[in-house]
Amino acid sequence: MLGALLDWLLSFQIYLPIAEISISVPLLLALGGGVGFLSGLFGVGGGFLLTPLLIFIGIPPAVAVGTQSNQVVASSVSGVLVHWGRGNVDFMMGVALLIGGVFGSSIGIVIFSLLKHFGQIDVVIAISYVVTLGALGLLMLVESIQALRRVRRKAPPRKLHQHTWAHGLPFKFRFKKSRLYISALLPIAIGAMVGLMSAIMGVGGAFMLVPAMIYLLGMPTSVVIGTSLFQIIFVSGYVTILQSWQNHAVDILLSLLLTVGSVVGAQIGGRVGVRLPGEQLRFLLASLIVLMALLLLIELVRHPAELYAITTLGGLH
Amino acid sequence: MSRAVSWHRPIGFALLATALLATAFLALAGRPAAAKSIVADIDHHLIAITTDFSGDEVLIFGAVDQPGDVVMALWGPLTQVQVHRKERVAGIWINRQMVTFGDVPSFYGLASSRPLADILTPAALDQYQLGVGRLQIKTLSADSDTLQEVGDYQQALLQQREKASLYADKVGRVNFIGDTLFRANLRLPSTVPTGKFLVEVYLVRNGEIVDAQTIPLVISKVGFGADVYRFANRHGFAYGVVALILSLALGWLAHLIFRRR
Repeated sequence: MLGALLDWLLSFQIYLPIAEISISVPLLLALGGGVGFLSGLFGVGGGFLLTPLLIFIGIPPAVAVGTQSNQVVASSVSGVLVHWGRGNVDFMMGVALLIGGVFGSSIGIVIFSLLKHFGQIDVVIAISYVVTLGALGLLMLVESIQALRRVRRKAPPRKLHQHTWAHGLPFKFRFKKSRLYISALLPIAIGAMVGLMSAIMGVGGAFMLVPAMIYLLGMPTSVVIGTSLFQIIFVSGYVTILQSWQNHAVDILLSLLLTVGSVVGAQIGGRVGVRLPGEQLRFLLASLIVLMALLLLIELVRHPAELYAITTLGGLH
Repeated sequence: MSRAVSWHRPIGFALLATALLATAFLALAGRPAAAKSIVADIDHHLIAITTDFSGDEVLIFGAVDQPGDVVMALWGPLTQVQVHRKERVAGIWINRQMVTFGDVPSFYGLASSRPLADILTPAALDQYQLGVGRLQIKTLSADSDTLQEVGDYQQALLQQREKASLYADKVGRVNFIGDTLFRANLRLPSTVPTGKFLVEVYLVRNGEIVDAQTIPLVISKVGFGADVYRFANRHGFAYGVVALILSLALGWLAHLIFRRR
């Protein structure tokens, strides 16, 4: 009975014009909704979950990555408007990150096109995910376990930021909202690294940017989310246009369906999220990221089901 | 609807078959014996792939002058294909050696009135490329150390295409109505490629192909999906801007809808 109902629901197929496959509409809505729920819950974009899932259900990796950048724009806009209203966006810091982001993502798109040409894009996307998710997930896991212990011992939180060699760099600039007086080169470099990775991986990069802003720049947590969302809109928007222009890899229809699912999911997730304590949320998110990295690693290392990969060269349309 | 010509199929078939039968008899009666022994046509020459396309069937029908067997081969446009083989490098499986093939049909399917092996000799099957395993695929280039193994790459190509339902030794059955009228429904999967297709219809008697006819078939994207595809490929930059504006608007809309609660 339930199985028949599920089959009936899944039978609503739509032909995606750029991905060039027919896929079930309710499946895409549910996928967007599920990932949106998690992103609302944890306050991250969720691209790092959605892109591998899209590839898993049969969307060509290049199209999954390109489309995902477009979907990130929509979810970041609805997120940033809330933070903007509360005055939690450091505009100057956002611009500095953005300058780096545009530079990094431009290089990322060129690398993406080259790898696509040489038939290596799939494996590079997978390795990028394993490395970034693995490293960040483990760091977050360790940090959140320490935080959980601190809460239990009721110890005071650690100092906001320590002074390091980075504070000796030139082009010092005062970032008012972040209450920081640091070299503008620092956020530009971070923006460039994140931009590079987000172009190749099709993610907004919040999961890389947020920890970098907290731990490397020492920004106060209250302005971190809003500022990262602010810069992600622009970098992802820029990547969307480049991906469309250079790689013809953005599927508007797919992006639309995922967005509809994810904005609804994000609202529900956000409401559940405020009721859960922050340390436990961070621990859950870290576990999720590590799990995702592990699954992707297994996929890379184990003997592939299909040893041969086939690429059709032009002349078809 | 995925059909360009949307008449009711059984009635359409009956009409066409009658008309065709009449023409066939006229043709056979009016011409010397050397004239065509088989005539065939298709119910529609254009398959439209729209956003709700989930596969389709084409109806091939016709008449023969005397009893015999009919074999049909449906060919998609020929393309070049690269086949990479994965190898383990530092524990990770990545694409290494590559072979490029030419004259690879993007789709290939067969239908016949009896099993092929009962109708034609292996030599004839080879000559007319009847059978997925008998396709004559050209090797255009191969990495030097793969020369010995080109056959493996080709085998992998055929197998994957079969798995994806793009190549099949049977996409339908040719049914005879009486001795001289025949029809066949050929199935096209939802993943069918686009382009100019050819249906080759062969008449076989006593193990020999005695006559043949080729029918063109165009499979193309039409409607919204096709417009999007064309726009995305011809005006990539503008397409990107549209995609961006759309998602900005959606994000803002979502904010407006959910703000009040």
